[in-house]
Amino acid sequence: MAGVILAVDDSASMRQMVNFTLKGAGYEVVQAVDGLEALEYARCHSVDLVLTDVNMPRMDGITLVKELRALPSYRYTPMLMLTTESSQDRKMQGKQAGATGWIIKPFNPEQLLATIARVL
Amino acid sequence: MSLDLEMEEIHKIFFEESFEGLDAMESGLLNLDVNADRETIATIFRAAHSIKGGAATFGFIEVSNFTHGVETLLDEMRNGARPVTPDAIQLLLQSVDGLREMVRAVQAKRPVDAKRTAHLSDEVARLLARHGSRDLAAAPGAAASDGPAGTAPRAAGAPDAAPEFLRGGPGWVIEFHPHHDMLKTNNEPLRMFAELERLGALNATADLGELPPLSGLQPDGCYLRWRLELAGAVEKRQIEEVFDWVDANCAIQYRFFAGGEAPAPLAAGPVALPAGATAAPAAPPAAAAPSSAAPKGGGDAGSIRVSTTKVDHLINLVGELVITQSMLSRFADGCSADELEKLRDGLTQLTRNTRELQESVMQIRMLPISFAFNRFPRLVHDLSRKLGKKVELSLSGEGTELDKTVLEKIADPLVHLVRNALDHGLEQPEVRLAAGKSETGTIELAAFHEGGNIIIEVKDDGSGLNKAKILQRARERGLVAADAELSDEQIHNLIFAAGFSTADVVSDVSGRGVGMDVVRRNIQDLGGVVQISSVHGQGSTIRIRLPLTLAILDGQLVRIGAETYVISLVAIVETIQVRKDRLNAVPGGAELFRLRDEYIPVVRLYEMFGVEPDSRAIEDGLLVVVEAEGRRFGVLVDDLLAQQQVVIKSLDTNYRQVAGVAGATILGDGTVALIVDVPGLVQVFHRSVGSRGMLAA
Amino acid sequence: MSTTTTQGDKRLEKPEDAGQYLTFQLGREEYAVDILRVQEIKGWERATRIPHASEYVLGVINLRGAIVPIIELRKRFALESTEFGPTTVVIVVKVTGADSERTVGMVVDAVCEVYNIADADLKSPPEVGASVETAFVKGIATVENKMLIVLDIDRLINASILDGIGAAA
Repeated sequence: MAGVILAVDDSASMRQMVNFTLKGAGYEVVQAVDGLEALEYARCHSVDLVLTDVNMPRMDGITLVKELRALPSYRYTPMLMLTTESSQDRKMQGKQAGATGWIIKPFNPEQLLATIARVL
Repeated sequence: MSLDLEMEEIHKIFFEESFEGLDAMESGLLNLDVNADRETIATIFRAAHSIKGGAATFGFIEVSNFTHGVETLLDEMRNGARPVTPDAIQLLLQSVDGLREMVRAVQAKRPVDAKRTAHLSDEVARLLARHGSRDLAAAPGAAASDGPAGTAPRAAGAPDAAPEFLRGGPGWVIEFHPHHDMLKTNNEPLRMFAELERLGALNATADLGELPPLSGLQPDGCYLRWRLELAGAVEKRQIEEVFDWVDANCAIQYRFFAGGEAPAPLAAGPVALPAGATAAPAAPPAAAAPSSAAPKGGGDAGSIRVSTTKVDHLINLVGELVITQSMLSRFADGCSADELEKLRDGLTQLTRNTRELQESVMQIRMLPISFAFNRFPRLVHDLSRKLGKKVELSLSGEGTELDKTVLEKIADPLVHLVRNALDHGLEQPEVRLAAGKSETGTIELAAFHEGGNIIIEVKDDGSGLNKAKILQRARERGLVAADAELSDEQIHNLIFAAGFSTADVVSDVSGRGVGMDVVRRNIQDLGGVVQISSVHGQGSTIRIRLPLTLAILDGQLVRIGAETYVISLVAIVETIQVRKDRLNAVPGGAELFRLRDEYIPVVRLYEMFGVEPDSRAIEDGLLVVVEAEGRRFGVLVDDLLAQQQVVIKSLDTNYRQVAGVAGATILGDGTVALIVDVPGLVQVFHRSVGSRGMLAA
Repeated sequence: MSTTTTQGDKRLEKPEDAGQYLTFQLGREEYAVDILRVQEIKGWERATRIPHASEYVLGVINLRGAIVPIIELRKRFALESTEFGPTTVVIVVKVTGADSERTVGMVVDAVCEVYNIADADLKSPPEVGASVETAFVKGIATVENKMLIVLDIDRLINASILDGIGAAA
């Protein structure tokens, strides 16, 4: 069940871990350091899933999801937010912006893969 | 790469990131003190948030737990729910320190300082409680809702009877009414049903009642509702998890049947599960999507991280190249000019290339001194608070570059000097006012290049050095003869002597008298010099001169008997032939040589190094006059050889430190020559000869 | 007692609970050193003397750019020095110290063989009646009717380098 995943996180160690986990499961991974970079990439490329952190400089995850949903090719792309925040508001914001779901940090590789398998 | 190795690598990145993040937090917090602006708070928050997330992900639970409280504080500040007070900032700064220690401990695989952590956590908790804000123990994790309030959908049929599908066993009936826009977030009912099926047997019945006429049909709208019958002793929580993401986009109602109830008649109007009636949110499979090499960016423009091991290896290789090149040059020297014209040219070219390569490679190791300077805002901030003094710190020349190792080793001495200036140099505000100075004292740290060296100055406008007191203390300690006459410069530099301190009270900041001499020694070990100049009542300036790199030395080769030694050119004043009539013997065994109008002691290097010289008679040899620590003395050698640049190699990699020897180098002929440690020589010499009166020289 | 397999076996294969050792001659004894520690074997060359070094530290040499100290093992074991000749050989070893590695050369009379010696076959010196400085001896092995003194080379080298620190100025 392969596919291309766009992983967005300003932390290099998190990106590495996600990259390593997903690649090991047979996915292709494209990395971006923040929402802006991800959006620029998305304008010209499409992916099967977007996995994004929430707190990032330049453009945060929620804004990114909103912007992505406005792109025709991303209207129905599954988008998952990685967040440590359990607050309902954040989740609501995410949903309102158009996110498919979320993954709570910390997660272990199995959880990540299982959740992704739900949507891919 | 094996999983463990990969994780180690990822952990390494995490540690680096965390230290950077902590630094960013610290400088952000220091800025906050002056003006609390939203962007700064947000940056600090993000850094803490990142560290917490990463720590939790990689299993560093203590770090993550501790950071949680800090993050909460910052979040409140970010939202305006908490004021930014100096006390809060101070606590946050301390927390940053604590975190740094924790990360270091985790990195070194040591246990974390539990006591300190607990103490800080308590403080943080207390501060949080004071505003009656969020509960610190808020566990991250979705508190699954019970299903949104709102329309209580009811399917047709007897609602309170267990459905037949459950066949008398336990199970659930779930009324699932998605909102029209649920599909927009790519939450497909089909997938959710598939997940439910993993929990137990599922019977799904769709209700088309809501379908609008075609004209009103939105292609990606969801107009179907379902009644789901799930058989099995499934926990509600598990079902809720399946619908977790959509609980805001739908109305759900759950009913549990414990089993053993009579089955109810089937609800009316079952319709086949819509196979693909819902707008398929098929994301087009990406065709030629590039792999992770794509928009992966670092924060800064065009730079890469390289391990210092690799750089050092490169430097070693260049060093070897220098040796090889000088070997070849020597070889060429011995041949006839005519035939070897081309060889000569080639070698000149090679020399030039090698030199350039060497300079470039050295450059790689160069870092701006800001790395050492940027701990001082925090240090001065904390220390001035502690001492109750008002200080303004000014930094200049932070971009001045120097070798990474020199940088690392100069950091501690600088800290000591700054602390000293703050503690002993600067006066209390009242004292300053009384003396007609401004209440706020100034400490200046400046760095700049001068003639192939880097100069670092630590200036303060404090009380300056008290010559009389210093001289008296020196006499008391026996460092200076009672009747010796010293210049101002010499008196000032006495403070660098071991065991010297004029502080009446040994504060815990400095004043134990073990600082300044260690500072000087450290600077000397780097091949540098330190001096102090001062005006009593106005302030002091400490001037440090350091070579730009450690690895290369301009040396004078000298010969004693069959051995060749290298003396740093920088240390050499002049070389003279000794005339016997200028030599005086002093009781106690020392020999003094009269050089114009000063007397300098003679060091018989062959004795100190245990080698057999050509001749023991001074007039047969040469005296190399060297200077160290403001004092001069003459080193007796048999002969002067060439002057050349040598690559400094350490003796203690495979052997150990040797008194009087700074290192070793490999000469053009491949043999090893020892490099004389001139300042160290002074120490050894004085110990062996035991001369006090020498200080006057 | 000694291992039972034939000569050929011993030299070629390396069973799991054994080690391979390089043996060398020093006076009338044959010593063995863990081959994993041996970096190279080279001929003798003049070393640059180091001030205040112990008597058995002959000095340092240039080994492809590294500064490597040379120890005269005869002197270290309190045997008489002999003249250094064409067969005089330096075994360069890399040992583990407190937190780092040291590369050091040892002057020996001659290099002999490589043998497999099983850990179980190492006996303690008193058992065999040998009188060698036991601190540096891992054990005594018997191979081909010879007694091999198996050295704890890490200990020997580190002690030799750090030895006499008090004696230096």
